[in-house]
Amino acid sequence: MSGVLLTDANFEEEVLNSETPVLVDFFAAWCGPCRLQGPIVEELAGEIGDKAKIGKLDVDASPQTAQKYGIMSIPTIMIFKSGEPVQTLIGLQTKEGLSDEINKVI
Amino acid sequence: MPESKYDAVIIGAGPAGLTAGIYCARRQLSTLIIAKSLGGQAALASEVENWPGIKSISGFELMNNFKEQTDKLGVKYNFNEVNKIEKTDDGFIIKTNKDEIEAKAVILSFGLTPRDLGVPGEEKLKGRGVTYCAICDGPLYKGKTVAVVGGGNSALEAAQYLSKIAEKVYLLNQSDKFNVEPYLMDEINSIENLESYCFTKITEIKGENKVESIIIEDARDGVEAREIFVNGVFIEIGHQPKTGWLKDFIDLNEKGEIIIDGSNKTTVEGIFAAGDCTNTEYKQIIIAAGEGAKAALQAYKYIVAKEGRSLRPDWGKCKTVEKEEVGKKLNK
Repeated sequence: MSGVLLTDANFEEEVLNSETPVLVDFFAAWCGPCRLQGPIVEELAGEIGDKAKIGKLDVDASPQTAQKYGIMSIPTIMIFKSGEPVQTLIGLQTKEGLSDEINKVI
Repeated sequence: MPESKYDAVIIGAGPAGLTAGIYCARRQLSTLIIAKSLGGQAALASEVENWPGIKSISGFELMNNFKEQTDKLGVKYNFNEVNKIEKTDDGFIIKTNKDEIEAKAVILSFGLTPRDLGVPGEEKLKGRGVTYCAICDGPLYKGKTVAVVGGGNSALEAAQYLSKIAEKVYLLNQSDKFNVEPYLMDEINSIENLESYCFTKITEIKGENKVESIIIEDARDGVEAREIFVNGVFIEIGHQPKTGWLKDFIDLNEKGEIIIDGSNKTTVEGIFAAGDCTNTEYKQIIIAAGEGAKAALQAYKYIVAKEGRSLRPDWGKCKTVEKEEVGKKLNK
């Protein structure tokens, strides 16, 4: 399974109403480290199966959501469970680190 | 599980570290690069026009090209932070915040890190409004109010850049004047949504989950403390080598730079260093890259000598051929 592309329009349905925990990678095209984070998140999406959902949100294309969650630096990764953010990780993260964090809430 | 034993471990993935990676891998050393990010300061340059052979390229693209070359050669990556290096009987143990890795030789090439302001609230709000890179985080401050701290070129450039994005920019300098070219100062003074102040010191950054305000005072007498409401604080007060964790292990100079000799050897045998974190003059991409290559070749020489093998040249394709095979080929 690959990552879901999230937007202001589908965030509620895909993330807040999701039955499984969701890991969201907030990124932008102009952000260098995001280009490293992207493939790491994709790789995790391929391994995690259906226990959790992995998504990415372009902060330029979906500014309302980015604003709502106070994204001030990217990449920022947030984990949502039952519609609430339960973890915020700022800066480049390793696959192992992300896997540990998401497994804590599965 | 990732491997935990390598011939060479390189710390840092800027021009020096990535080049060292290419050279180590070409000498058939199993190589791991440990870094918190890719490309270091070079990756932040919007345009690089002094890398020979390429007229103009973005810093990130150039660094990504370096990385792709290391990937092709089989260099492995670990994006954790190194906390400690320990010497063992036959090499080193590198301890990160997550794991431990063994290496025969180590190359330190972690460059320079932005200097902290050192005020209450800064650490807690890092990445939550406190930032050290205008071009990395600037676009997230559309229509907001930000403060830029510093009095040199990088602070003024950051303020100028942010004035095009943010609603309002305060440029705060602790000393008596801005240390920049007069033309740049004229440009800054002509920007409508930018106010600059000298003798202004930040004493605290406030905010619950994100930056909400800063407390400033007059740097001359410490009076007139007042609160300014801002959404972001961009700290641009220079860079320094983050070498405190090495100081009891390796010799550093008064600036905290790692002291190396002409062959990139540090004061610990088996540990080499290259690039901006060393006492080498001129902090330039090409110099860092060249130093990275030198450090890698020295590390290779060190490992080979220790293991009693003979040196191989680096000609043509990087696959080496065993002596016997060369003999067989010649006898055909």
